[in-house]
Amino acid sequence: MTAAFVAGADASSEVPLKRRLKRAERTRRLKALALILPLLLFLLFTFLGPIAGMLWRSVDDWEVRQVLPHTVAALADWDGKDVPGEPAFAALAGDIRTARDAGTVAIASKRLNYALNGFRTIMAGTARNLKTLPEPGTAKDTLIGINPAWGERATWAAIKGASGPLTSFYLLGALDLTRNVDGAIVAAPEEQAIYRDVFGRTFTISLGVTVLCLVLGFPVAYMLATLPTGQSNMLMIFVLLPFWTSLLVRTCAWIVVLQSEGIVNDSLRWIGLIDEPLRLIYNRFGVYVAMTHVLLPFMILPLYSSMRSISPAYMRAAASLGASPVTAFLRIYLPQTVPGIGAGSLLVFILAIGYYITPALVGGAADQMISYFIAFYTTETVNWGLASALGAVLLLATLLLAVVYGKLVHGQQVTGGMKN
Amino acid sequence: MSDNHSPRTASQRIAWITTVVVASLVLVFLMAPILAIMPLSFSSGSYLTYPLPGLSLRWYEDFLNSPRWVSSLKNSVIIGVASTILSMVLGTLASLGLAQWKSKFKPLVLAIVLSPVVVPGVITAVGLYFFFAPLGLTGSYAGLILAHTALSTPFVVITVSATLQSFDMNLARAAASLGASPLYAFRRVILPLILPGLASGALFAFATSFDEVVVVLFMAGPEQRTLPREMFSGIRENISPTITAAAVILTTISVILLATLEALRRRNERLKGNLR
Repeated sequence: MTAAFVAGADASSEVPLKRRLKRAERTRRLKALALILPLLLFLLFTFLGPIAGMLWRSVDDWEVRQVLPHTVAALADWDGKDVPGEPAFAALAGDIRTARDAGTVAIASKRLNYALNGFRTIMAGTARNLKTLPEPGTAKDTLIGINPAWGERATWAAIKGASGPLTSFYLLGALDLTRNVDGAIVAAPEEQAIYRDVFGRTFTISLGVTVLCLVLGFPVAYMLATLPTGQSNMLMIFVLLPFWTSLLVRTCAWIVVLQSEGIVNDSLRWIGLIDEPLRLIYNRFGVYVAMTHVLLPFMILPLYSSMRSISPAYMRAAASLGASPVTAFLRIYLPQTVPGIGAGSLLVFILAIGYYITPALVGGAADQMISYFIAFYTTETVNWGLASALGAVLLLATLLLAVVYGKLVHGQQVTGGMKN
Repeated sequence: MSDNHSPRTASQRIAWITTVVVASLVLVFLMAPILAIMPLSFSSGSYLTYPLPGLSLRWYEDFLNSPRWVSSLKNSVIIGVASTILSMVLGTLASLGLAQWKSKFKPLVLAIVLSPVVVPGVITAVGLYFFFAPLGLTGSYAGLILAHTALSTPFVVITVSATLQSFDMNLARAAASLGASPLYAFRRVILPLILPGLASGALFAFATSFDEVVVVLFMAGPEQRTLPREMFSGIRENISPTITAAAVILTTISVILLATLEALRRRNERLKGNLR
């Protein structure tokens, strides 16, 4: 537009002005970028970098490579069909001697123990009993003499599998899969295959909480959207106050209310409905109650804002055309709330699958969700590879859902169902 | 008004009454647990049951006399205020930039800026734990402030961007045409008008940091335990009435934040109404 106007006004100055405009536009863009850049760099350091680092840890396989470098090199050409030859044994003996002096045997044996149960014992025993470097040509016999496990293909396959630099071991493990001696992907042994259960449980609890929030939140949103503004603003406090109350306070409150000497059990006993206290907390029931309570506002707020925008004229039109109230509600009102239902449900579900604090405090051992295991492998049994792999799966699921959510609320306000 | 749903027939009236009853029960469900634990903090007994044996402030005294609780409150305030300031600076600058920036990459940048809200807390915490430990930032105030800033900045960007959207850029142009330098125009024209939006953003940022516990759980040393962190261990070990006192203190702070925010929102709506 501007260019056309300029061209009409004075053809001779067209080019320099066009260029000047372009330059001004570029300066403006650079200035805008310069304002955004500090935050992007900050997030690179405090958010994106750390998450990329976590993802890297889920495939990084450095331990064996660093501690047993010669063995890894010697096994590079090993076809895995039979126990490797003398050079691999000599390299291993040398590496173990070096590692023993450096005190790094435990690093490698911890990693190898994930791949093959009992490897820690094999490594420790070998390091202890390998007093001197074996004479050339006798390494194989010496090592097998110390521990017959060295004469087994599986032992060497474990080293080969863990020799990096990248591994699919942790990611496969997070999906209850593993590689067998021949490197084929197979189901993990039963005692290790718990994560599909955990993901399934996380999904079930999140879905249950989402449905509960929708069932409980719909009438509230409907009432708030239908009442006159003054009254609905007043009642909105009942939604916003819990929303703003600390998660810890709300979780603590539920424990006080639901525990065996808690208010609910005491009241039920007092009116004589029960003799023994009901078990209402530290089980699945408690998790559902507390999580639904915490996430309910995230359902009510988007539902409310979508219902508020529905013009009452549609319902009146339906009624005037002879639709029964039920038909009008089901055919006219409900379809218009679908975007709100979708946004609220997705938001609740996305938040629920990442929950950690509430299930950790009000759930039993069988109610812990995936976040609990990520935290457990990070701080309790330090298995950072597995923690990162479980985190990668959870992150992927969350981001996929978030993209769907973004598409859904696109065009609605940016703030959608967030705190507003 | 509600005339659109004023019940016309008996069946409609029954449907509406049912909705109101169910909705009211849900609202009670939302409020009840919070209201239920408040009186317990004023109990003179040490059991968390009703009826209260008597009223006293002993659990608040206990809270104030316990170095653990007091220092946790202090830590929460220090980390909350510092991360609020930092996220306000970064978030406001970015919002100003985003408001002027037109590019096909804008949705991507926006997604990156807002992503800390969506990513589960445990993932952020574990990532930060791995990343900050070799830098000596775990077990330090600096590490927690940086982490909380990353988590609260999205709320600043959301709030401030929404305010800028409703800001009439012609006012800034008018200031410029009258000879104001960009900085002067920002200080004297733009800033006073977007100040309520900035204040809301700051409240969101503070509330986010004040309520955060997962990152603190992974990163804080014994010196940096915040109030929610202290409550977490308290709930784990055994719930004493002191925790209910802490809960009341936390809730009071939330109510003050919420009330301030609501007042800002009302003021903003009134101003908008006047302009029309």
